[in-house]
Amino acid sequence: MAGLTSGLGREATDAMWRAAPHPVLVADADGVIEQLNEPARLILPQAAPGVALAAVAPAWLVEEAGCVPVRGPIGDRVFEARPVRDDDHDGVVWWLTERTDDERVAEALRVERERTAFLVDASNELLASLNLDRCTEVVARLATRYLADAALVILPLAGRRYPVAYCGPDGRVVREQLAVDPHEVPGLAEALQGFPPMPSRWIDPAAAPGWLAREGLGELGSMVVTALPGHGVSAGALVLLRRSGHAGFSEGEEVAARLFSARAGAAMSAARLYAEQASITETLMRELLPPRTRHLDGVELAARYRPSGLSERVGGDFYDLHPAPEEGGESLIVLGDVCGKGLEAAVLTGKIRNTLQALLPMADDHHRVLELLNGALLSGDRSLFVTLVLASARRVGTRVSLRLTSAGHPPPLIVRADGRVEAARTGGTLIGMLETITSTTDTVLLDPGETCVLYTDGITEARGGPLGDEMFGERRLREELAQCAGMPPEALAERVQMLASQWAGDGDHDDMAVIAITAARPARTTGQERQIP
Amino acid sequence: MTDVAQRNDDLTTWTDDLWQAAVAGDEYAATDAALAALDHGVDMETLLIEVVARVQARVGQEWAANRITVAQEHSATAVNERVIAALALHPATRDAARAEPGRGRITVACVDGEWHGLPARLLAEVLRLRGWRVDHLGAQVPTPHLIAHLHRTGPDAVALSSSIATRLPAAHAAITACQATGTPVLVGGAAFGLDGRYARLLGADAWAPDARAAADRLDGDLPAVAPASRHSTDDLPHLDDQEYTLVTRSASRLVRHVMSELEQRVPEMARYTAQQRRHTAEDIAHLVDFLATALYLNDPELFGGFLTWMAGILTARGVPASVLHPALDLIASRLTEFPRATATLAHARAALRAAESRAAGPA
Repeated sequence: MAGLTSGLGREATDAMWRAAPHPVLVADADGVIEQLNEPARLILPQAAPGVALAAVAPAWLVEEAGCVPVRGPIGDRVFEARPVRDDDHDGVVWWLTERTDDERVAEALRVERERTAFLVDASNELLASLNLDRCTEVVARLATRYLADAALVILPLAGRRYPVAYCGPDGRVVREQLAVDPHEVPGLAEALQGFPPMPSRWIDPAAAPGWLAREGLGELGSMVVTALPGHGVSAGALVLLRRSGHAGFSEGEEVAARLFSARAGAAMSAARLYAEQASITETLMRELLPPRTRHLDGVELAARYRPSGLSERVGGDFYDLHPAPEEGGESLIVLGDVCGKGLEAAVLTGKIRNTLQALLPMADDHHRVLELLNGALLSGDRSLFVTLVLASARRVGTRVSLRLTSAGHPPPLIVRADGRVEAARTGGTLIGMLETITSTTDTVLLDPGETCVLYTDGITEARGGPLGDEMFGERRLREELAQCAGMPPEALAERVQMLASQWAGDGDHDDMAVIAITAARPARTTGQERQIP
Repeated sequence: MTDVAQRNDDLTTWTDDLWQAAVAGDEYAATDAALAALDHGVDMETLLIEVVARVQARVGQEWAANRITVAQEHSATAVNERVIAALALHPATRDAARAEPGRGRITVACVDGEWHGLPARLLAEVLRLRGWRVDHLGAQVPTPHLIAHLHRTGPDAVALSSSIATRLPAAHAAITACQATGTPVLVGGAAFGLDGRYARLLGADAWAPDARAAADRLDGDLPAVAPASRHSTDDLPHLDDQEYTLVTRSASRLVRHVMSELEQRVPEMARYTAQQRRHTAEDIAHLVDFLATALYLNDPELFGGFLTWMAGILTARGVPASVLHPALDLIASRLTEFPRATATLAHARAALRAAESRAAGPA
């Protein structure tokens, strides 16, 4: 204090710090208090001149011998103490400032940040999956990681059992179907019905049944039961379990648990809704998926289908195969393109397929079939129509005879063994718009290895190419098919599909469907077959 | 002869038999060859990986060397597919697949736009043999469909296949989307590089050089993935310069420009048929595509490697690789404002010249 004392007398400086609003203590080189002011006396009542500082002040303050400020509790308050060396008499002047509020705010901020970080993590993980099983596992795991020693998620009754996901202290999740009575756990049956949560202090952990208080958890200390609120109905309930050593749930923690369970419930509901939607789409798709048969009598078939629009999974193209009812009979192959897509198209497609199925006995007269189908469609919504190609295939010796009829559809292309590509001479009006329709049927013979290609206009109307804005077009398709002579039908259909898709690149395209009908090559004569002349 | 040598010799014989049948498009002979190998004690996994996969690799090599036609290439692939289908129905397969019920579930798929479906198909069969429940989604699976499938089935892992490097940006999108659902991703296929370098670059959880290694990798535990959405720039900060985006978005304009300039520089083009002209345009579009991919990955060597490969393809078809130079010059002249593209093109031209002098050297 050389600087200060040079201008003012010692008494004057003493008076200054005595009047300071902060506690001030002066200790000599041996750590004995020389002087202190009134605020210091108030917080350290035993402190007095002549008393060792160590005897009356907390250790965190006494042990500090340097000149850095230190911080610690005195009673239930927190102080920061700044030691100022007094070179004149080789002692220390301690200036103390209260920091209790700072500490409280900092602690509150830390807790709040932790909770926010947890909720952000939780939202990330919960939003990630629309799979209900996985979502349930995530809820159990997150709850265990942040809120409790173990957690159990229980979903509403499915059949006779409750689907349950349990995550123990080791972080491993077990999923089970349990036949249990939720009334065994206070508040659980209510939570499953969506009632407000019961405060944890009302719940006696000793009441937890074995399927809750599992091995590996030890003695249960406290328990919280919260509803997982769904979209209008309960998505299930969350049970948080803490060991007896672990502190009980504070009010703040119960709030965090409720915030978490609200998010978890919403995520689980979304996953459930998604699963229902997906299963509807899947059912529709299964209905629309073509049959898998690829060998008819002497005829090989392959089909490739690529729906347009990335999210649209039920497209407007469909195909169907009706194998010949008896050996040597005619099989009917149908490729159609319904205007529109999605659910509406799927419904119309179903109607068309059912009608055609019923009309099968008349398949020897394509025109008659198309007329009756037209009549059936005209009775419904007039804004919907379909273009179709019908192909009736029959083996004749080693060859295949095809009757082909197009109704407003691109005519089929025939790939000959020598690489010639011919368009079938068939044409007609589309179905479902006009009172009367016209159609001409072409008959084509395929030699072994030759292929008839049916396709929808999504192939030829694909827009793109290396220059960016050209249509794939029928001419290009024919040029490419000329290179495909003798290919097996899968290879051919795949090649056409690939060329058109690559042509379209990442741009938009319509549904693309290709069917290749190939006259089977006879199996090489091997083994027993050799005996047959 | 040692057992190992004998075994390799036998496998070579089966591979040759299957190759002959496949390239002849003879499904019956091919299936007979595969079944005969089984009868002679070759186990199913070995048959798939060391015979069928090798035949398929040879299909690609022979096409590149212009020793088989596109039609033969496709037919051979189709025959191989049929052989795999026949093997999948074989009692040996069904017994193996039954051996470990409840093993777990894996989704196998090709990246969007990837048409080479056979490597993924082989992996699917190998995984089935090892007792996994496998959902094989096939070739060119649009990423939204793949993700919808993951949401619906919640598999233990996804195995993604890509053969062509230009699909790597799509592969990256698929990898991050799968991981965002919390599903770990194993990748494989020629696109990811011989050493799997692009698998690491694109943040895949695991990479395998072939179906057997992939199955081994899946037998061990894959790292659990904490679901987190990320942007492509999180893995590839260089994308911030927008060069990839700008080159990709102006690709068809670039191709049109190069085509019209080429017609003035290369007099022979006046005599090209429409089909030849289209093939030239497609070749240039390929160049731009690979250039864009190299920019995406920030790896000039990818583009250099592609040019060297393309030079080989052209040479095998009697076209001098030097035809690539004017196209490269024209592309470069339009991209002078893009430093990474400019450096990539310079690197590639050097690689091409080196390949040309190697080809000319021994003569």
